[in-house]
Amino acid sequence: MLIDVHAHFYTAVSGRWDWRERDARRLEVGGRLGITAHIASVLGTWGRLSPTYFPAPDHVTLGNAAMLEVQRAHPGLVFGYCTVNPNYGKHALEEIDRWLGEGMVGIKLAASRRASDPLLDPIAEAAAKHGVPILHHVWQHRRRDWPGQEASDAAELAALAVRHPRTKFILAHIGGGGDWSHSLRVVRKTTNIWVDLSGSGVDVDMLHAVIGDVHPTRLVWGTDATMCTGWAKLRYLETAAGLAADRLELIRSDNALELFRLEVGHAGH
Amino acid sequence: MPVTDVGAFLGAYPYRHLGSAASPEWLLAQMDRLGIDVAWVGYLPTILHSDPAPGNRELEKAVAQVRDRLEPVPTINPEQALWQEDVNAAALLRAPAIRLFPQYQGVATAGPESRAVAESCVKAGLAVVLSVRLEDLRQRHPLDRAGELEPHEVRALIRAVDGLRLVVTHADRTFIEEVHFGLTPEEADRVVWDISWLWGPPDDHLQHLVRTVGPERFVFGTGTPLRIPDATVVKLELSDLEPDTLAGIRGGHLGRWLGRRDGGR
Repeated sequence: MLIDVHAHFYTAVSGRWDWRERDARRLEVGGRLGITAHIASVLGTWGRLSPTYFPAPDHVTLGNAAMLEVQRAHPGLVFGYCTVNPNYGKHALEEIDRWLGEGMVGIKLAASRRASDPLLDPIAEAAAKHGVPILHHVWQHRRRDWPGQEASDAAELAALAVRHPRTKFILAHIGGGGDWSHSLRVVRKTTNIWVDLSGSGVDVDMLHAVIGDVHPTRLVWGTDATMCTGWAKLRYLETAAGLAADRLELIRSDNALELFRLEVGHAGH
Repeated sequence: MPVTDVGAFLGAYPYRHLGSAASPEWLLAQMDRLGIDVAWVGYLPTILHSDPAPGNRELEKAVAQVRDRLEPVPTINPEQALWQEDVNAAALLRAPAIRLFPQYQGVATAGPESRAVAESCVKAGLAVVLSVRLEDLRQRHPLDRAGELEPHEVRALIRAVDGLRLVVTHADRTFIEEVHFGLTPEEADRVVWDISWLWGPPDDHLQHLVRTVGPERFVFGTGTPLRIPDATVVKLELSDLEPDTLAGIRGGHLGRWLGRRDGGR
């Protein structure tokens, strides 16, 4: 069993003429890799109608509706995160109630507001109430902001996690893309943060650090935008880093099954 | 054709702790694990050395006993007064190529110093390896302000130096397109690209470029030990490219491009 906790799908409103082809390709390659469940999000309109990381409320709703369509088209194989923009707190909570009520399994926070901001507290409380995890886009570069997003780092996510010990958080892509060497030392001590192995970052020392710093019960597998890099990291852990089979199973699926309380494999998948 | 990695390194990297991954033993173990026959290896410490010659000698020594697997790619610093001696040493060593790191050496990629080195390499029968980047810009150490190579610099260098053969590593789709379609077909034929920074599925940038730019322009490169070599291997495995194209990227294209029958050795 293999569970991808960090996937994305495109939609008719995402501004990509090839969105069907890309979504089909994700599922086709997923089949080849043996992915049992794609847990995925749609970030608004992917920049078409409002910025990817600062989506307008209406566009958040459009994206979530599209995500649920994909989930319903592939029952037991695709599961949705409800994406929210915490700057619109009332709307965010309405979205969470609505889409989790429709069967989505988690909450996705990207980069509209730093993770440590009090505006995220009601969202973290809602996640605990619904018993679902929050996947938070994280990369570390504290020296300056970067265009297009208000990215959080691991320390900021940890501040939120400490305030909400009943809520389970997933730190996206090992903090990679940013300076993961800061992130991993922070999350080592914050036991309600899991780390996903997705993302384009494939640094050798990053992988050795993640298995050294984070207990395997808190590692989950994922792909994000590039499936080959996620798959390569899993293969490296298996064939080069010498991770034991039982630990690999935790990463491949067991931890995610427990986090999301998933029932996978319906409808012939 | 042997599977040949044009983008490997040995040695310590100033901004990260690579540990045993900096050693030839580690690299050879990864190559064995993944079926990589030969690696062109640069030497990471020399990217910041005003005089790379001592580091080049360390590289030579490190690969001396395994020259059938590890081909040295010495660093030339165009600002070093006696750089010609270093090019001559690379030729004597029968290196397949030399490396320039203009961003780290503080020289213009297509400026007079770099052009002079490139012209010397043409005469010596050496290819030149350039890396667009070594790490994601977003994760750089605060003191690593070297920046990234720009497409116009590669276009300018290839146009300026007749006969120059460039191996460019760590380029993404946009970079490759802006160089390839900004050159004449004859100029573009003198450039090959490693696939280490190209996206695989679901966006499939590698497959797209094979269709638009042509398969012969792409060669196998990993960027290890800064990056896991598995990423390049998996990218090919997950592609829908034809077996001939896959074999070409793994080694055949490089061999033909260099005019050698042994895949670049």
